[in-house]
Amino acid sequence: MIDIEVPRNPAKVGTNPGDPLPRLEGHVSHGRFEQVLRAGQFAVTTEIAPPDSADPTEVLRRASLFDGYVDAINATDGSGAHCHMSSLAVCAILTRAGYSPILQVSCRDRNRISIQGDTLGAAALGVCSVLCLSGDDVGAGDHPEAKPVFDLDSISLAQTIKIMRDDSQFLSGRKLDLAPRMMIGSSINPFVPPIANRADQLAKKIDSGAEFIQSQYCFDIPMLKDFMAKARDLGLTEKAYIIIGAGVLPSAKTATWMRSNVPGVHIPDELVRRLEQSEKPKLEGRKICAEIMQQVKEIDGVAGVHVMAYRQEKWVGDVVKCSGVLGDRKPWAPEQSFANIAAIT
Amino acid sequence: MSYRVRLFAVKHSRFFERLYHSVNPAIVGTLRGVNKVFGKKLDRPITAMESGLKGFLFDCKMCGNCALSKTGMSCPMNCPKTIRNGPCGGVRADGMCEVKPEMKCVWVQAWDGAARMKFGDDIKDIEFAIDHRDQGKSTWLRIARGEIAEKVSDRH
Repeated sequence: MIDIEVPRNPAKVGTNPGDPLPRLEGHVSHGRFEQVLRAGQFAVTTEIAPPDSADPTEVLRRASLFDGYVDAINATDGSGAHCHMSSLAVCAILTRAGYSPILQVSCRDRNRISIQGDTLGAAALGVCSVLCLSGDDVGAGDHPEAKPVFDLDSISLAQTIKIMRDDSQFLSGRKLDLAPRMMIGSSINPFVPPIANRADQLAKKIDSGAEFIQSQYCFDIPMLKDFMAKARDLGLTEKAYIIIGAGVLPSAKTATWMRSNVPGVHIPDELVRRLEQSEKPKLEGRKICAEIMQQVKEIDGVAGVHVMAYRQEKWVGDVVKCSGVLGDRKPWAPEQSFANIAAIT
Repeated sequence: MSYRVRLFAVKHSRFFERLYHSVNPAIVGTLRGVNKVFGKKLDRPITAMESGLKGFLFDCKMCGNCALSKTGMSCPMNCPKTIRNGPCGGVRADGMCEVKPEMKCVWVQAWDGAARMKFGDDIKDIEFAIDHRDQGKSTWLRIARGEIAEKVSDRH
């Protein structure tokens, strides 16, 4: 549909936002993440916790924990309405080191003027994937007194970025000189009401422009199977890459706390009991995560897993290895140590 | 009080849909005539009437882009995140709102109400990013003046 662009300096491909990968035919972005998905590989993504710090080396240190185990790294955008380094800045640091970050955009903190500006900025800095979210309410975070924005919602946000990319214009109709080439993503939570309509909601998200989907934590495989069956019936697995969230639970206490305090998290009693009865709950939690990843991979229409291991990031590689979902594939990792890159930054 | 009326409206969404289909063309037709004769002179009382009636029945927030007939008679502007393509992923297991645990999720209600409606599938249409300048305007008058399409009569 759009002609393939050749990188300016093929020798340095992927190491600098100024030298993007060549965009393959039929791809919407230059990104490695899209290439993995479109090649039909089972993708593994994870989440980086942006630091409460102005130190870029901390971002690279946190990212290096995932080296060789993940295809893309989501940079959260004030998750849980808590203030951290911005998603855009984390992504910009990561693209400089050659990583494939996913920009998370929440509608809570910015209006359409700011979001569209950041979308252009992110694309200019080499970001190739964006995840559109409504965002947690400000009341959930450390600044409950802040003004919530919610100018757009996750669906009109995806539509906005699609208009910018495919029609090369702002929402206002004003033309862009160069459209942002980004793969558009959306989230879905099949585990909370209205459960019967969650597949319809997914259809709406795909209609609005989502090409990949990352789900909320999945701890309930039967529920996921029901949801995926509905999604397949609606033909949705043919239209978007559906990536299922898998979580690492460190203890029964944390699991119980998450169930009641983190919006939208569903954990069956059976899993909480399993953690309770275990002598090594942390290890058990990782085992559970790896098992879920294996089971998820077996479900027809699932394109990958998204590992969320808040405060247990150092175990992500281990869990991915144990699960064996990558087979003998080794995702891209930077060759240089992050310390060298930090010096350039 | 109005919260309970709002839930009643969703529970009887099929009835309110029928009422809407039968009454709306008359309202819009009358307002077209009024608009021709009086211009904008009667805008304030008409807007107040719409606000009063829809406020009582649906907790209407007068966004000026009424989507009630497409959202199971559950007004999306009552969502604390004003999501117009919902729900979000934070809905509680019992169907209550993430932000206001004492309120039923506006969008769980919307899908429920839409399931009982004849044209309930309209909920699957994507609502475009809202124009915030229309806040406080009368949707009825806007339809009468052709500023927005009359969704039902246009489509069916």
